[in-house]
Amino acid sequence: MIRLAKLSVLALFTGVCAAAGAGDSGHLTADQMAKAARTDSFSIPTPGELFAALGKPGKTNWSGQYRGPTPVTYRNRAQIALNLGGLIADGFIAVEAKDGQQVKNIGADIIKLAKALGVSEKLLGRGSSINEFAEHNEWDTLQEELEATQNEVKASMQSHADQDLVILVTLGGWIRGTQVVTAAIVKDYSENNARVLRQPALVHLMQSKINEISPELRGEPLVKDVSEQLGEIEKLVSFPPSKAPAVDEVRKINQAVGKAMTEIESKDLPK
Amino acid sequence: MKRYLPIFLLALASVTGIAVHAQTDAEVNARRDALDVAAAFSNDGFKIRDGHWCGVVKPHDRALVAVNLYAGNQYWFSAAGTEPVKKIAVSVYDESGKQVTTENYDEGEKAAAGFSPANSGQYFISVDLVEGEEGTFCLVYSYK
Repeated sequence: MIRLAKLSVLALFTGVCAAAGAGDSGHLTADQMAKAARTDSFSIPTPGELFAALGKPGKTNWSGQYRGPTPVTYRNRAQIALNLGGLIADGFIAVEAKDGQQVKNIGADIIKLAKALGVSEKLLGRGSSINEFAEHNEWDTLQEELEATQNEVKASMQSHADQDLVILVTLGGWIRGTQVVTAAIVKDYSENNARVLRQPALVHLMQSKINEISPELRGEPLVKDVSEQLGEIEKLVSFPPSKAPAVDEVRKINQAVGKAMTEIESKDLPK
Repeated sequence: MKRYLPIFLLALASVTGIAVHAQTDAEVNARRDALDVAAAFSNDGFKIRDGHWCGVVKPHDRALVAVNLYAGNQYWFSAAGTEPVKKIAVSVYDESGKQVTTENYDEGEKAAAGFSPANSGQYFISVDLVEGEEGTFCLVYSYK
C-alpha cells in the first residue's frame, strides 16, 4: 500500500519549475529572514549531512580519520555533553567507513557517557540496536539510529531540565565533524569539497544558542573557552558564497577546531 | 525495508521527538503526511532527517524556517497541512532572500520542493497557504 502510495506521489511530479510562494514576490525581506524560526533539530545539520556532502566523489578515507579512545569518565556535565556530541560524530564517521566493530565500540562509549548524564534508560536499547545493525552491515539504518540516539539524548536532557546541555551536544558534534572534514580536505584538496566549509550562519546560530544558556554554565571555563574560540572559527568559515577556501585557509579552520577539540577531550579543565 | 520507513520514522519520532512542547493531534497527523511525501524520495536514496518543524499557516502570511545546507548534497523539503488547509506550497530562498529555482511536487495539502544548493550556507524554507483556512502544517527534509 505504502509502495503504491509512493509511486502515485512520484507520478504526480510536476517537473522543474520555479516555486510560487502564496502570491508574494520571489524575495524575502530582511525582517522576514531575521524572524525566521531557527531550531536545533531542524536548522543545525547533523554530522551525517556534512559527511554526505564530502563523500560524493567517494575518495574520502574515513577510517583514516579515527581518533584514539576518548575518556568516558569525565565529571563535568558540560564536558560530558560536548564529548557526547563528538562521539556521535565519530559514530557517523565509522558508518561512512562501513566499519561495524568501530560503530559498536563508539556506540558503547556513547551509552556510557549518556548514562553519566543520567539520561533515559531507553538508551540501553539503542545500544543493542546499534550493535545489531552493525552486525548486519545495515549502514543506512545505523545512520538513522545514530541520529535518533542523538535526539533521544537531547530529549532526555530536556525532560530532566538539562536543556542547556543540548546545544553543547550539538556543538561538540559540529566541532568534531568539522575537524574530520577539514583534515580530509587538507589531505586531498578540491575546491568542490572545500565549499562545504562555508557556514557562517550556522556557527553564529550555535553561538547565539550558547548565549541563551544559564550564566552559570556559560561561565564554566571550558564552555567560556570554547565559546570564545567559536567567535574566531566563525570568521574562518565566513567567505563569499562563490569562493572556495584555499588549502591554507582550510588548514587554519582545522587547527582552530582541533584546538577546541583538544580542550574538550582534555582531562585537565581550563582554570 | 524502505516500505516500512515512514511507519518506522513516525514511531521513532513519536518516542524521540525533541520538541519541547507536547504535540497536538493535528501536528502528529501533519508530520505523518509529510513523512509519507518524504518517503517517496527514499527510493532515490534520500535519507530523512530525524527532525521536523511544525507550525501554523495563515492566509497572506508565510511560515519561514532557516536551515543550513551543504553544496554537494541534494535536498527535498516535504510539508503537509491538516484541515482546514486545502493547498500549500513550499519554496526555498537563499541567504540574500532571493527565491531559488526548485523542483516541485504539489498535491493539495501536501507539497515538496527539491534542489541542489550551489553554495553552502543558510537558506530559508517557506510554507505558504495557497487555499483554505488557517491550519497546522509540518515540514521535514531529506538529503543525499
